[in-house]
Amino acid sequence: MKLIFEKSVPGRRCAILPDCDVEQVSLPEELRRETAPALPELSEVDLSRHYTQLNQRVHGVNCGFYPLGSCTMKYNPRIDEDMAALPGFTGVHPLAPAHAVEGCREVLDTAAAYLREITGMDGMTFQPAAGAHGEFTGVLLIKQYHRSRGDLGRKKIIVPDSAHGTNPATAAMCGFEVVNIPSGPDGCVDLEALKAVLGEDTAGLMLTNPNTVGLFDPNILEITRLVHEAGGLCYYDGANLNAVMGVVRPGDMGFDCIHMNLHKTFATPHGGGGPGACAVGCKAFLKPFLPASRLMDGEGHIQVRSFAGNFLVVVRALTYLMTLGREGIPEAAENAVLNANYLMHQIKGSFSPAFDRICMHEFVLNLSGYKKETGVSALDVAKSLIDYGMHPPTMYFPMIVHEALMLEPTETESKETLDWAAQVFRQLYELGKTDPEAMHAAPHHAQIGRPDEVRAARTPVVRWTKP
Amino acid sequence: MSYVPSTPAERQQMLRALGLRDFRELYRDVPEEMLLDRELDLPKGQSELEVSRRMTQMAEKNTRFTTILRGAGAYDHYIPALVKSIPAKEEFLTAYTPYQAEMSQGVLQSIFEYQTMICELTGMDVSNASVYDGATAAAEAAAMCRDRKRRVTLISGAAHPDVINTVRTYCFGSGDELRIVPVKDGKTDPEALKAMLGPEVASFYVQQPNFFGLFEDARALGEAVHAAGALYVMGVNPIALGLMKTPRDFGADVAVGEGQPLGLPLGFGGPYLGFMATTQKNMRKLPGRIVGETVDSKGERCYVLSLQAREQHIRREKASSNICSNEALCALTAAVYLSVMGPQGLRQAAEQSMAKAHYLQKALCAIDGVELVYPGAFFHEFVTTLPRQEEVLAALEQAGILGGLPVEGGVLWCATEKQSRTELDKAVAIVKEVLAQ
Repeated sequence: MKLIFEKSVPGRRCAILPDCDVEQVSLPEELRRETAPALPELSEVDLSRHYTQLNQRVHGVNCGFYPLGSCTMKYNPRIDEDMAALPGFTGVHPLAPAHAVEGCREVLDTAAAYLREITGMDGMTFQPAAGAHGEFTGVLLIKQYHRSRGDLGRKKIIVPDSAHGTNPATAAMCGFEVVNIPSGPDGCVDLEALKAVLGEDTAGLMLTNPNTVGLFDPNILEITRLVHEAGGLCYYDGANLNAVMGVVRPGDMGFDCIHMNLHKTFATPHGGGGPGACAVGCKAFLKPFLPASRLMDGEGHIQVRSFAGNFLVVVRALTYLMTLGREGIPEAAENAVLNANYLMHQIKGSFSPAFDRICMHEFVLNLSGYKKETGVSALDVAKSLIDYGMHPPTMYFPMIVHEALMLEPTETESKETLDWAAQVFRQLYELGKTDPEAMHAAPHHAQIGRPDEVRAARTPVVRWTKP
Repeated sequence: MSYVPSTPAERQQMLRALGLRDFRELYRDVPEEMLLDRELDLPKGQSELEVSRRMTQMAEKNTRFTTILRGAGAYDHYIPALVKSIPAKEEFLTAYTPYQAEMSQGVLQSIFEYQTMICELTGMDVSNASVYDGATAAAEAAAMCRDRKRRVTLISGAAHPDVINTVRTYCFGSGDELRIVPVKDGKTDPEALKAMLGPEVASFYVQQPNFFGLFEDARALGEAVHAAGALYVMGVNPIALGLMKTPRDFGADVAVGEGQPLGLPLGFGGPYLGFMATTQKNMRKLPGRIVGETVDSKGERCYVLSLQAREQHIRREKASSNICSNEALCALTAAVYLSVMGPQGLRQAAEQSMAKAHYLQKALCAIDGVELVYPGAFFHEFVTTLPRQEEVLAALEQAGILGGLPVEGGVLWCATEKQSRTELDKAVAIVKEVLAQ
């Protein structure tokens, strides 16, 4: 497909602005740009079709099954979009006086109250714009807390080797040394390994529970107790909160602060890579360290971005929370867990689960044995799924499982979708045994064949240039 | 109402297939004493109509201003209809980050086109796929400029206060020092900057036009920065780039900015868009997603997420940033905006914003007691003195007009192409009337 620049015709345009009705002023010569930016010149119909064609080359949750593990690709209700498009929200200037923005404040306060109850936390901020940004905010709470007590020797953050890459990257951005600890054979925290690294230099632990292999760590109370005993704080990565919301609360597991991805658990759309929004919650003793906006709230706080956060995403999340209510929230979690277990059970006769036991909202397949036997890798299976119109699961993560495929069906898939998906997996399992070549070459019917990623990295072409 | 499609009977069927009797058995790993033994203390779920009513009530509690003369980092530009409808398409809206190129060429190509447009606006060679907003773009730029020896970041005191505070917070995180270059007559003091530059300084950030709307002498500041061996980061208003020299022309090594003016609604502060671009030389230091062109197995041109060796999922604690989700849909919105406007329309938006701000300034300053605070060329914002500030702003609000933002020394006003001459005249008449009383 042509790039928008390749469709450009000099002189074409859309009629948007009227003639200027006041006297023109000119920019001083030394500030004026010499050549106009080479933006496309197209009419409205050209543009409408270009972007519609691009949109047809995108697989969204509305197109079909999207079991991308750890990303919680649940259905995004349309009412959330309508509410976020209300002019009473979209037209509000972030620096309008307080009495003019009472509705926005009510949205933030109400959403905060819901999330405090769901997590068992006392304070909540919506300033961070995405999950990793929330981790950054949460770990800065830990940093400020230790400093406020003059406890300056706490320089280490403990992260299990099964963690998302954002956890160690965040700890490093916050100036901490990262201590990776190995997981036990069951994928959970190895208590002995944890005890061995805890000490006076421990600032905190970052943990996802259920963890990245989809298991709830049964020793969680012991883990948080040990960290607290050593003087550290416990950070909950809420990426997997969808499994447990309304069933068990991070605050009751002993965590001190938490981030939640509103674009996972609370059904706001991912937009092809954002905008997300993040809520960071904390226990009362960390509230004084929460971020604020200097222009909106004054001096003396940390601040992780401008203004109050991705407000219109919070509007969507609140719409979703109010729709679900006290009974719908645990119902969503329970069905997310049921769907994952059912799908794992239906696939089990073919590809092997990495941990063959009741899972939470997601599970990991281990294809290393299958690869030895057939030569077909997790990547080959993932690419083959595309030909069936199914988005592949997360591949090669977590790193503690070899040839991993991580599936998270979410609660918004029906039994027939799960039955169909399991059947596709079983078919591919058989195909790999008889015709592995077909799977090495997959996908066969997608928008493109497999891309040459090495070439992209070695000779980077990262923008269009006029020939 | 939980959007779960399966019926109670189907759920039972699935539980039975697993050999389980009820949902609680799915949570057998959770220690019994930790399970919530009560309902959540929250309202019951509601129907779509009820929720819609409730949310609409909240939206209506906000004051709707018909004319907005306030900027300070969030700008009320006209948003063309197509710019709203395209990002609302369900596939663009509900897709994840394009990890699987074979299923995401539409998202990848749209980002590649966005990256090209940002390069065109800024004069740079490479742009990332976006970061969260202008403030985090400035903070990420400061981080990418630091190395082992040069750890100190300088920032102009005439930058947006939320940007300064955000950069300060990121520096607090990494344990690095931020020093603020003083302001003189509303602009960065060049002599002070020279005195503060040294072998420990990694970069200097200037905002163009700055927080008070004034154009900085950006080329001279850049020369001083380079003479001291530091890198030069410029935060720019993207609409101004329709008219103004590019950051590359001013000598910048990294160009960043708040992309909100490019078709994103004010939305009480977000979601917005941080854009970030740099020269070829610094490409591998740039944080965030970058889309690159390549070929597929059939030799056809296609697009992928590229240069991932910089990123957190590969490098973990050694990554250039922890960023994962960014603002892809906002980047798409900006690309559609820039395409709809085209080079000519963008220039028009810039010229008209500037012309209307100057018209407003002259009319306001013709009133007794209202004076321009800072000398020098400005774009679409300016600071005036304003006697009886609260009274004037209240009177404007009565008429549906959001007046300028109170800042130290006066009021920071803003105008864009969106306000007609009639609207501006009405605002000026109200100010005049209040001050005449």
